[in-house]
Amino acid sequence: MKYTFPLAAVIALVLIAWIGSNIPGMQYLFGIVIPYLAIATFIIGFCYRVVQWAKSPVPFRIPTTCGQQYSPLPWIKQNKLEAPANTSQVVARMFLEVVLFRSLWRHTKAEIHDGPKLTYESSKWLWLFGLMFHYSFLVVVFRHMRLFLDPVPWFIQVIEFGDGILQIGSPGMYITDATIILGLVFLFGRRLITRNLRYLSLANDYFPLFLIFGIAVTGIMMRFYFRTDVDIVAIKRLAVGLATFQPVIQAEISSLFYIHLFLVSVLLAYFPYSKLMHMGGVFLSPTRNLANDSRMRRHINPWNPDIKPHSYASYEDEFREFMVENDIPVEKELPPKAE
Amino acid sequence: MYDSGKIIPGLIIFVLIITFPIWYNHGDAGEVPKLELPKDAKQCVQPVAEIRAKHMQLLNQWRDEVIRDDERAYFEVDGRMFQKTLQNTCMECHKSKVKFCDTCHDYTTVNPYCWDCHLAPVETE
Repeated sequence: MKYTFPLAAVIALVLIAWIGSNIPGMQYLFGIVIPYLAIATFIIGFCYRVVQWAKSPVPFRIPTTCGQQYSPLPWIKQNKLEAPANTSQVVARMFLEVVLFRSLWRHTKAEIHDGPKLTYESSKWLWLFGLMFHYSFLVVVFRHMRLFLDPVPWFIQVIEFGDGILQIGSPGMYITDATIILGLVFLFGRRLITRNLRYLSLANDYFPLFLIFGIAVTGIMMRFYFRTDVDIVAIKRLAVGLATFQPVIQAEISSLFYIHLFLVSVLLAYFPYSKLMHMGGVFLSPTRNLANDSRMRRHINPWNPDIKPHSYASYEDEFREFMVENDIPVEKELPPKAE
Repeated sequence: MYDSGKIIPGLIIFVLIITFPIWYNHGDAGEVPKLELPKDAKQCVQPVAEIRAKHMQLLNQWRDEVIRDDERAYFEVDGRMFQKTLQNTCMECHKSKVKFCDTCHDYTTVNPYCWDCHLAPVETE
């Protein structure tokens, strides 16, 4: 099974951090050294990947269109979002793609029925749970900024207030704690349950799901269930210390915290090497970010060799001697030989 | 590199956002809050590690028992009887909300809704 290896890998990572953080002195490795290496790998790797992509020429317009393209004929109405003809329309299309995952809205489910008959049916679940997962993750990241920023800026407090607005229990439950788990369960479940998707899914599809699931679960456990030694003041001092290059571990912190931090570090370091790069990749997708203007502008392939025009007359001038020698008819005879 | 006019500014914005905590804190790790502990009491209703980690759960439990289930029974710690109340038990020793509760809560921006209903003790200098 393709999900057993990634599952075992995440369990192994948990055990490494669990056992490792209990060895005296190793807290500095898991709390300071590894997070620094991870964030450096993330930033450098991310930029490197984007620059590598930017070096690949995209010679022709290859947008995926699914609407009427621009026509100078006034009675033909252009679909500006699905077949953008200029930059501002592309920007609108990209904005909706990045912010609302518009292309997932078109997601369809293909099924074979008796007959045999192939049917396609609209399936918005992936869009719904995908959006839910991504926004939950974003809010969770923003919420965590309260541990990295001192003093905490107002907009982080606003986000945190909104996320905890249900005021359920104490410490208060966050909406995104539930929705990120719900999103992950769906994204994992669809790979298990849909037969064709199970066939397509690889270890590197399951690994990030398990990893993020592990991060979310350890976070939830720390906040609600295993609070002993989760010293939030010491954790904030460490986090602010990491951001100011003066990290200090001033108290004994629960292993659960080091497991959580280690899994986050692994996620950050793994990010540039993985499919998670769709975070940067969505902006660089030629099928989305190009205008459908092939019939309005001439796009020249940047690696075309520089070929000078070569007329037949000049060709014959160049090779006349050999052509005559081989009895190939020529338009202009050789000049008479000077004796 | 193609489209560097768009991609390089995009990457710079990305890196600035990711490193936001570095330039927001501008190298100042700040002060860790210092609690003012009560001078006349030696012991809390639970061991320090317990109460530090789980005081909010205990207070919630008290609230549910007292307000919802009408279980106002006193409980005993080391021969002393305590009432299940934030104002009369906790704040009896921890006289100042500002110097006790708020120090850690402000540092980590925890905003408990205790004081939506309870009256905070009058702060004496």
